[in-house]
Amino acid sequence: MWRSSRFFVVLIAFLFNTVTIAHAAERLGIGHAVSPQDFAAWDIDVRADGAGLPEGRGSVAEGREIFARVCAACHGEKGEGKAVPGAVGGFDRLVGGAGTLDKASPTLTVGSYWPYATTLFDYVRRAMPFSAPQSLSNDQVYAVSAYVLYMNNILPEDGVLDAKNLPQVKMPNQDGFITQDPRPDVKSKD
Amino acid sequence: MTENHKREATAASGELPNRRAILKTGAGLSAFVGGVSVPSLSMAQAATGLPLAVPEWMKEQGRPILSPPYGVPSPFEKDVVRRQRETRVTDTAATSFSPLQNSFGIITPNGLCFERHHAGVPNIDPDRHRLLVHGLVERPLVFTMDELMRFPSVSRIAFLECSGNTPNWKSVSADFGVQQTHGLLMCCEWTGVLLSTLLDEVGVAAQAKWVLAEGADAAAMTRSVPIAKALDDAIIVYGQNGERLRAEQGYPLRLFLPGYEGNMNIKWLRRLKLGDQPFETREETSKYTDLMPGGKARQFTFVMEAKSVITRPSGGQRMRGGPGFYEISGLAWSGRGRIDRVEVSTDGGQSWHEAELQEPILSKAVVRFRAPWRWDGKAALLQSRAIDETGYVQPRHDELVDVRGVNSFYHYNAIQTWRVDSDGRVAIHVA
Ligand code: HEC
Repeated sequence: MWRSSRFFVVLIAFLFNTVTIAHAAERLGIGHAVSPQDFAAWDIDVRADGAGLPEGRGSVAEGREIFARVCAACHGEKGEGKAVPGAVGGFDRLVGGAGTLDKASPTLTVGSYWPYATTLFDYVRRAMPFSAPQSLSNDQVYAVSAYVLYMNNILPEDGVLDAKNLPQVKMPNQDGFITQDPRPDVKSKD
Repeated sequence: MTENHKREATAASGELPNRRAILKTGAGLSAFVGGVSVPSLSMAQAATGLPLAVPEWMKEQGRPILSPPYGVPSPFEKDVVRRQRETRVTDTAATSFSPLQNSFGIITPNGLCFERHHAGVPNIDPDRHRLLVHGLVERPLVFTMDELMRFPSVSRIAFLECSGNTPNWKSVSADFGVQQTHGLLMCCEWTGVLLSTLLDEVGVAAQAKWVLAEGADAAAMTRSVPIAKALDDAIIVYGQNGERLRAEQGYPLRLFLPGYEGNMNIKWLRRLKLGDQPFETREETSKYTDLMPGGKARQFTFVMEAKSVITRPSGGQRMRGGPGFYEISGLAWSGRGRIDRVEVSTDGGQSWHEAELQEPILSKAVVRFRAPWRWDGKAALLQSRAIDETGYVQPRHDELVDVRGVNSFYHYNAIQTWRVDSDGRVAIHVA
């Protein structure tokens, strides 16, 4: 409706060559211009190609200390997850499950399922620790990400992560996804 | 109010014989109903307490106006509430289910819309809320709520379903009713600004293919949306069923993508970033991906396929009136467009009868279907199946599982079966 009436307005303006009226490519003039410095604190996403990764670095060794102090209470000392009596589900397991994706009861973890290591950085930075999101420094997020990857045998014990090498980490299930939706894939016999 | 009155209020909530429904029955349905005779009223009459007395509420003034200023349901409806299915490790990364068994029509009341939060409900001051649009745009802009509400607005009735709705892949829980099996569904009138209008304002760069949407909750929830969807029918929503969004639904601002899985409709929307590739967030890799037999997973499966369910009678209810007339009533919806037809079976899918669709029948909205039924007091298996305007037929469980296996977790849309026992109990049926 709006689009067609706007087109009509443009048409009228064109035909009668009168005042300049807003047209499809022109702005209504609502909103405020911003520059990257204005929204730096919000611009926290990190892509698979590494776009968005901040400066900084963190080692497996530093990550081990942070994980034990900040994450293990929920996710377990070795990232094995944690059951809570009386509750369904438990806290997410972060480690293990390799080779289970085609089994009857697959175990989906950072190590067995996640296609990109950058996603781990992005998610921990925005949402973890659950009790205090966005409280870790970038160095700490690199370090704790390195430690989670180390526990999954993806990084060596002396591994260090930064903006350059994190996108290069090859995840075991990187090729495990079909990105074109094949549905409708189920034909019902009427 | 006495206990008796309370019982009457519940008994009256739907299972009395409805003569108008019988009269309105189309010719094609009469065989389904069976011979139309006056239904037995004995049970219903027993519950009304003859002779009829003048109740106390006719003998005094009722409550004054504005008590309370914002209206709430009758106290007799106190059991019509959202419920959790089971206790989880946190109650902020959690889910509550809408009581579909008590629903009428197609609109979900704001207070009964299901909840799925990943980090609780933030308490956002609308004056301090901002929407930032940036990335592959000609001019990044930030908007206040007042500014967003100056844009030309649109309203649309559409459903929103969580892709995790109906966890029937491996087994069903005997005590689940329709609230637990299908309660991650809502249908509301959504009001806001077309996302395409906002994108005109910032100017979309030619390379832009995906839009990252981000919430202002403690999960800073993010999903990538294809630019085609963003320019098609996506809405930046601030209104829900005639009032501002409820906090649980994203107050003051959310993304709404008609027909797409619930999680993508980012609540508490604070940021849109345009890019040339998907952002591969946790919620589109670790979660909301469908693991197939063989170990590969499908990613970016956005559309919710056609589905239907009978809401009355449904698991946990009782055929209170004994044998006789009942209306079978339920909901059908498709993320691909309009529902073309709904069929109902009372014999577990051996024979099907076309149900009546209640107007309005809207694209990507739920439609209410109903079919008259004369229950003979014998065990029955009630089913419904939806056929949408693309010709897609809602599959049976075995047909779905044959293709997808049992580990894909999301997007279960197979036919649901309720078993009516000869004693009038209704429960979920395990095929
Ligand atoms: C208070 C408990 C708690 C603490 C502490 C915590 N987490 Fe979590 N974590 C959670 C919960 C709950 C979820 C699931 C949230 C959801 O599903 O939305 C989660 C999810 C995750 C996930 C995603 C798992 C998956 O497979 O999708 C990762 C990775 C993670 N946490 C890492 C961390 C790290 C690293 C730390 C320490 C910096 C940490 N968490 C601290 C509770 C916690």
